[in-house]
Order: sequence, then C-alpha cells, then structure tokens
Amino acid sequence: MKKIYPNKEVCIGCHLCEVACVTAHSKTKDHILAHNVEKAQEGLAPRRNVAQEGAVCVALSCRHCQEPMCVAACISGALTKNTETGRCEYNEEQCVGCWSCLMACPFGSIRRHPFKEKIVKCDMCAGRDTPACVEACPNAGLVFEDRGSD
Amino acid sequence: MKYVIVGNGVASVGAIEGIRRVDPDGEITVISEESSPTYGRPLISYLLAGKIGPERMQLRPVTFYDKFKVKMMLGTKVTGVDAKAKTVATADGHNYPYDKLLIATGGVPFIPPLSGKDGSGVYSFTTLAHAETLIDVAKNCKNVVVIGGGLIGLKAAESLHDRGVKVSIVELAPRVLSAAFDDKAGNLVAKRLDEVGISVHCGTQATEIKRDAGGAVQGVTLKDGTFLPAQAVVIAIGVVPASSLAKDAGITVDRGIIVDDSLASSDPDVYAAGDVAQAKDLILDENRVVPIWPNAFNQGFYAGKNMAGAASPYSGGLAMNAIAFYGLPTVSVGVVNPAPGEQGIEVADNLDEEHGTYRKLVFKDGKLVGYVLLGEIDIAGLYTGFIRFKFPLDAETKEKLVSGRPSILQWPEGFFDEQFNPVGAQEIV
Amino acid sequence: MAFAPINKNYHDFFVVRDKDACINCQVCVRQCSYGVHFWDEARQCVRHDNTKCIGCHRCEALCPTQALLIQEKPSNFKANALWRPVFIKNIYKQADTGGVLLSGMGSPADIPVYWDNLLLDASQVTNPSIDPLREPMELRTFLGSKPTRLEFEETPEGPRVKTKLKPNIALNFPIMFSAMSFGSINFNLHIAMARAASELGTYYNTGEGGLHQSLYKYGKNTIVQVASGRFGVHRDYLNAGAAIEIKIGQGAKPGIGGHLPGEKINAKVSETRMVPIGSDAISPAPHHDIYSIEDLHQLIYALKEASEYKVPVSVKIAAVHNVAAIASGVVRAGADIVAIDGMRGGTGAAPAMIRDNVGIPIELALASVDQRLRDEGIRNNASIVAAGGTRCSADVVKAIALGADAVYIGTAALLAVGCTLCARCYTGKCPWGIATNDPYLAKRQNPDIAAKKMANLMKAWAHEIEEMLGGMGLNSIESLRGNRDKLRAVGLNQIELDTLGVKAAGR
Repeated sequence: MKKIYPNKEVCIGCHLCEVACVTAHSKTKDHILAHNVEKAQEGLAPRRNVAQEGAVCVALSCRHCQEPMCVAACISGALTKNTETGRCEYNEEQCVGCWSCLMACPFGSIRRHPFKEKIVKCDMCAGRDTPACVEACPNAGLVFEDRGSD
Repeated sequence: MKYVIVGNGVASVGAIEGIRRVDPDGEITVISEESSPTYGRPLISYLLAGKIGPERMQLRPVTFYDKFKVKMMLGTKVTGVDAKAKTVATADGHNYPYDKLLIATGGVPFIPPLSGKDGSGVYSFTTLAHAETLIDVAKNCKNVVVIGGGLIGLKAAESLHDRGVKVSIVELAPRVLSAAFDDKAGNLVAKRLDEVGISVHCGTQATEIKRDAGGAVQGVTLKDGTFLPAQAVVIAIGVVPASSLAKDAGITVDRGIIVDDSLASSDPDVYAAGDVAQAKDLILDENRVVPIWPNAFNQGFYAGKNMAGAASPYSGGLAMNAIAFYGLPTVSVGVVNPAPGEQGIEVADNLDEEHGTYRKLVFKDGKLVGYVLLGEIDIAGLYTGFIRFKFPLDAETKEKLVSGRPSILQWPEGFFDEQFNPVGAQEIV
Repeated sequence: MAFAPINKNYHDFFVVRDKDACINCQVCVRQCSYGVHFWDEARQCVRHDNTKCIGCHRCEALCPTQALLIQEKPSNFKANALWRPVFIKNIYKQADTGGVLLSGMGSPADIPVYWDNLLLDASQVTNPSIDPLREPMELRTFLGSKPTRLEFEETPEGPRVKTKLKPNIALNFPIMFSAMSFGSINFNLHIAMARAASELGTYYNTGEGGLHQSLYKYGKNTIVQVASGRFGVHRDYLNAGAAIEIKIGQGAKPGIGGHLPGEKINAKVSETRMVPIGSDAISPAPHHDIYSIEDLHQLIYALKEASEYKVPVSVKIAAVHNVAAIASGVVRAGADIVAIDGMRGGTGAAPAMIRDNVGIPIELALASVDQRLRDEGIRNNASIVAAGGTRCSADVVKAIALGADAVYIGTAALLAVGCTLCARCYTGKCPWGIATNDPYLAKRQNPDIAAKKMANLMKAWAHEIEEMLGGMGLNSIESLRGNRDKLRAVGLNQIELDTLGVKAAGR
C-alpha cells in the first residue's frame, strides 16, 4: 500500500508541505482563506512539520506504523489501524484529549490541537489521490509510493 | 485453531487484533464477567465528570466483533482453567475447549484493611459500573473523601468535583502522584487542585471510616486526628493482578502471571497480558507488573500474534502516563524517580513557575530512561522515542534534549532512513 | 541605520508583495539566501528589504499564493546615452570598495547575436522534405580525428579496413554538457549531468575540478578536463573518461585564470581537487608548461601516452581575435577535437570588464576556424565543438551549418534546472542550489529531478533538430556540417557575411 516517504537528502526546508496540509484540511480549500481566516478561527494546524538541525531538514508526520503505539495507547477508540488501507485512522469525535497517543508515539508525530482538547494527526489526505504535502513538495522530498509492507 | 480469551479489557482487544493479523479464520471466544463490550476503561473519569456520555465509551465500533469473527460471552464468569484438558469452565456450567488460552483478567482494586470499609458508601473506581454508581452517589452527596492520591484517585476526585461535590484527597506519601511524578511536578499538580478547591491531605492516612448507627458513612478520620466529613468514600489506592485463575491452574505466579517474551506463561498454551501479567520491562532488566493501558494493549497484541503462531517477541513495556488536571497536561514516562545514589544516573530539570511548565529528564549510562513534562507536552513523543530506541547520546544531543529541543534529526545516522525512508534511501549517486 | 551607502540605495530590484494574497507562511523567508525577506516580530508579518534583492526570483517561484513579484527598479538617473545606469552604479560600487567588479554567467552586454541574423533553408518542390517521424533521421555524431582516406585489404573473410583509425567518441546527437567544474557547481548537478549524459548517449565535461571517485561509473559518458591548475589530475582520472580535454581558455574570461575561493572547498571538493579543505584553488592564467604550440604538442602527447592512445584529446580555447590561426596550430599539435568557447559563454566568476569586453562571438570564430582548417586541408584531423551562447536547437543547427561537429551547452543546462541568470554565481549563495556548495542550498537540486530536466531538454532539442533537418531535405546531421548554403543572413554587412561564409537572404 502507498505511504508517504520523506527524504532528508533533498528536503529543502521550504515548509510548503505544511502550507498545503493546512489548506487541504480547511473548509474553504483556499490557501488565503485557510491561512488568513480559518487558522485563527478554527485553529487549523499542519499535520506535517519540518524538523531542522543545521543544514539538514525533513518534513515529518505520522508514518502510519504497522504496529502503531498511538493506537495501543488510545483510550477512547479514536485511533485505529485500518489494515486494509494501511492508515492509522483518527476519529476526532471520539477523542477526549488525554494525550496518551502523543506521549506514546516514539516519532513525535502527534500534536495537540491549538484550541480544542483534541489531537492533530496526518490522515494521508483521505479522499485525495495524492496527499497534499506530496503534491506541494517542489523537490520530491516527499514521495507517495508503495514500498511493500511497511 | 481455537482461541479462548478470558477478560474483555484492552488486552483482549489487542489480542483479537493480534490473532487476526496472523490467523484470519481461527475460532476466537471471549469470556468476560463484565456485561458490556470493551470500553475505554480510563474514560470512566470522563464519564463521571460528565464530559462524555455513555455512548462514547466503546473502544471499538459495534461492528468490531463481527468483523473480526469473535464469539462474545459477556456476563459470564470463568470459574476455572483445566490446563491439562485445555478447557475453561464457566459459572453457568459450560466448558470451553481451547488450543491457546489468554488470561487477560486485569486487576482488582486493592482495599486496605481499614475500619469501617465494609458496608454501603465505600466505592472503588476502576470499572464502568463503578462510574455509573458514582454518578448517582454524586447526586446525593455534598462531601466525598478519596483515599489515594495516585492517578486514579486524582481523576476520581476531579470528576466528582466536576459533579459539584466537595472532594478531599488523602495520600500516604508526602505528595500526590508519588509514583509517576517527582516533588516539583507533584506540587504543581497539587497547586492546581488547590486552586480549583480540592483539598489535599498528604503524608497521612485514613484510620477509620466513621458510620452512624444506621451504617451510613459520616466521614473519615485521619492519622493526624483530622476528621473529614463525607457521605461517601472512594478507595483508589491501586489494583492487584487478578491472577487466581492462573494460580489455581498451577501456573507460575509472582505478583502477576510470569510470562516470557512471547507472553506465554509457564504453561506454553496459556498466555497472559495486561494488568494480570508480569512481563518484560523495556528499561529494567526484569519482569514487572506495570498496570497501564498501552502495555496492556501491546501485550495483548503480541500475545495474540504469538498464540496464532507468529514468532513475534514483545519488546517490553514502558511505564507511561499522560493525564490532564484541569487543563494542566502532564506526561510521565519511564524512570522518573531514580533511587538516590543509583550508579550512572543523571537528572536535569527545568521548572518555569510563571508559565506552569516543568521538564525533567532522567539519564542512565548516557541514555534517556525517563522524563516528566508538565504544561508543554507536544514534544513528549520524541523523548519517548529516545527511550524506546535506547540511543546513546553525545553531549550535544543531550544538551538539546535537556533544553527542550529533541528532534528526530538527532537520531543516529541511518536510523532515520530505516524508519522513515526504508528503501531508496541509499546515498545519492 | 538611517544612512545607507549610495550603492545600496541604487539597488537593481524591488519586491512587490500583494498583502491580500500573502499568508505569512515564510516560504520566501526560508528560500531567500540573501536575506531579503524576513519575519517582522513587531508587526507579526513577513516583510522585505529591497536593497538586498539580486533578482533571482526564487521567492516568486515558490510563493504558494503568487503574492510576490520581483521587478527591476526603474532608473533613478537622468537619461544619458553614454552614462547608462550600469556604468554609474558600477562607479559607485567601486568608489566604495576599491575592488574589481565580479560577475557570473555569460556576458549580458549588447553585442550582436549573429544567430538571430541567420536563417535556415527548407525544401520546396525541387527537393523533397523528410518527415522524421516516418523516416530514419541520423543525428549520431563522432568526435575525433578522421582519416583523410581509407585503405582496404582483401582477406579470406572479405574486405577489411587497413587504415588505423584514431579513437573517436560517439554522440547520439550533437550536443554535450560543457565544462562546469565540481566546486563552481555542486555535486548534485554533477551527478545529474552524468546521469543525463549516460541516459542520452552523450557526454558531460568534468571541468577543471577533477572527478569524484563515485562518478567514475559514468566514465564512458565523461570528458575529463585538464586545466592550468591541474586540479584532481592523476592517472586514474585520465583513464576514467571517454575523452580528455585540455582547457587553455574560457570564453567568458579569455586570458585570465580561475579562483575558487577557499569557502567553497569542502571535504568532497578537497578530495576531488586534491587541495586542502578551505584553501583557495587558483588556476593560473596560462599553463606554465605551455608557452608555444610545441609545448601544447608535448602535453597532448603526454596525455595520449598516459591514456594509451585509447581516447581522443580535445583542446578548448577561447574565441579571441586570432582564433583561426590558433586553432590551426592546435590541430597541428595533435588535438583530435578543438573546442571553441565564444565570448558569451558562462562562468562561475569573472571580472565583469573581462567578461563583457574580451573575445569575439562564437558565430564568427566558428566560421573562421572551420574555413581555415578546410583551407589548410586539416579539417578532418580534428572535430570542432562550438561553445558559448547556444540558446535553442536552432542555434545548434546554425552552428553545425557554420562548421561545428557538435556544441557544448552550459548555461542552457543550468537554466533547465532553474537558473534565472541573476549572475551572482561568485557569491556561493545561489538560491537555486546551483552555483553553491552550501549543503542547505545545494540540496535544492535533487539529482533525480535535475537529471530528468537536463535529459528532457536535450531530447526536446534533438526532436527539433530532426524536424529542421527534415525540412531542409536532409536525413543526417553529417550532411549539414559546414553546409553554409543552408544559411542566409539578414541585416549583416559584407565583411560579416564574408567571415561567416553565408549569403545575404534573397541571394
């Protein structure tokens, strides 16, 4: 199944993936409205974040683990592993904001929602053919492909 | 293949998912004394607080058991295991044969020998039924005393407070959350509790639950002589493994059921997972009972895979707790209170009282082995990664961790690509 | 600081930011290596400092909302045909710094571009044109010395060529990537050129910076260069490529050497060039062992000896006034290929005065060299490669009609990977990740993407060349070489026509 693979050799640290992520998860799907209006009103936050240490950078988000620690830690059933799609799915309705997943994920891929007692996590852009971050990457620092099981 | 799972907690769900990863067809039967499908046990404090309704307690969708082809025997008490005949006997007189059995019976609340503990008005707080009872109790009580200042006790206290009850907490240790937190973190939490009006009595203990002539609870007397008036008492000191089934079947039990890396007990066809199991610890080189949710799921999951024939060793549990107290998020993972004078230990902490944030890291032999975060917790998972993957730390990386700047890019060369970019990650040429 | 030096205030560009469209994402801040864009903490928004803008357009290209426009700052000066703004600004700069004006890329000076005065022929009625999609079209080109005549002998197996043939390199089409040293451009682009050349069946040139061990595997598509600094030259290097090129001069800066500043010498460059990390790599103006054609002859044969006569040796010279006579000497000294670099050729760094005022255009140089070698009967002894200012496939076709066997493209290849000709290559801060070894900037060139783009460009040109050849009724690039009858000129005087060997349009 297809997953998003980040490549730190060619990530240029532009953060366009974050921009695209916010827009893709906005109501309006419009860069300007998503960032200039919805971000402040709804607390839209990117699900992908660029880490940087000196010249090295890479865009990270949920790696949709085969055996996810977040799902193990989730007390509310909001996080589940879909073995058919390979996605670690998140149902915001169910989430109670206990932060167990955020603590358990050894990749630091889960963050708190800026306003709500909810988490923010990559959903691999459910409903899109290619995730928005991958489409937005100008340097193929993120690729969406099938590399076998994990 | 016939699988029988005794217990219906998260370890049981983990086991079902683990078995089905390997064996799509084997017959799975879950026998549980509780009468509801698996619910998010820690959610009982959210339910008691009125933050969520009963409809949100389910851990998995209603279709889960059908989809995973699981036969559910709810409200059925298991009375014994015949390890030789490989059968499980239930109170309703049935015998269920198994090829592989998982004991996931969890823990039972520990009730200390305390005068006045027997009778009405004294409650535990570990099950959905307990929460439902306490919702009713809260309607008719003005004051409740919670005995136990650990995580369960504090969450019970907070939830009852949300229901409009005046709550007092009694804790034997000199601070609340003595196991998961240290003094500074415990005090920050105590301060927050105090601000909202929950009174905390530390360094003392309840000596008696006072009752009137009719047996109704009047209050709790403390060792220091204080009398806390109350119409109900919640005892939340902890749980002890419900291991009697295993013990009676001749399986080796210490504090919990001793299991190996495949989660098998001394009987190769009997497995144990969750709060009842004494399993491998990731950091300490020994088996421990660590009754926490993620360990229970993982143990169940790995037990399930191994029961179904996959050789999938359990990497070991890691003590971890994430809890928010009135909007103060807290995380505690691994070794947070190293024994004084322990060799190779190094502790770095940073308290910012103005912002109510606290960060404490514990290193052993140059590796991160535990941490506590209060307030700013978004970086928690990255620290957990450093513990889980046991990375040796150079001075520069350690400094970054200590100053609150952990990053995946501090991982040892090669490990990042292994995890995030497994193929095609070779050096570009 | 309220006062800014005069040359700061007369800056070349300014940034137009559409405030309604700007989402303060700071992509521009991170992309600008000149610090133009910045996050204003007080105002909580992205702002910019026009004085620092060099007009690379990187921010404009990456802005997700097209909120940015980089514009040339209109002249502040009173119109003056002699004192054009560039001269005025240069004087201000030099009055401040006391230094030589540096520049990068090819000369932007307004010197005639003869390609634009040359027009191609096409078949009508009297000879049929050829559709390259339906009929074979040969672009294959061999570079190296050809025999003047062939001798055959009879053997029991049939006739056999008796003449001993000199080594040639085969190109699938008559375009190669020209010499751009590792150091002046970064390793990612060297990988990209090597991969593109291998995929296409053509060649790239290492430039004077040597060849990193990890690129030896692309050797059969590599031309290794030996320049006056002799950086990275050793026996394995000379035998790693398919051809060896002695660099005498460069079109952008004839008569002067090179200077790769120490800051650009990182570990990999150091290893490749065989110079210490951080030390300046200085290429002398002349080869200090070549003061005459005879000396050149010695070096050519030294290199042939070292490579056991297995590969052709090329000599690259800048197009200067006596280029035809020099080329003749070069061929007589034993070169198998003569590469001529015109004055509009690119550079990583050159004094602006040299770049804009020294040398002659490639069109005139090429025509006169081809003619001279023909006149002297030595045209077959060497192939001619034209370099410097080839912008499109039509330029390639015109160059071949003027007498080139093949062309080198450098600037065009860099444009393919994003270069916007801002001409600040010498700063090492190239925001497009091309002329920089800063690891943070260099990775903006993903070798996979760059290789693909370079290959695409060459493929596109090859298709167009086939179309143009077909239109002229030719089915082989061989038939075009030196075929000046396929060219006509507009707007040139008789001397220029004579030099080019081309008739005026209408004749």
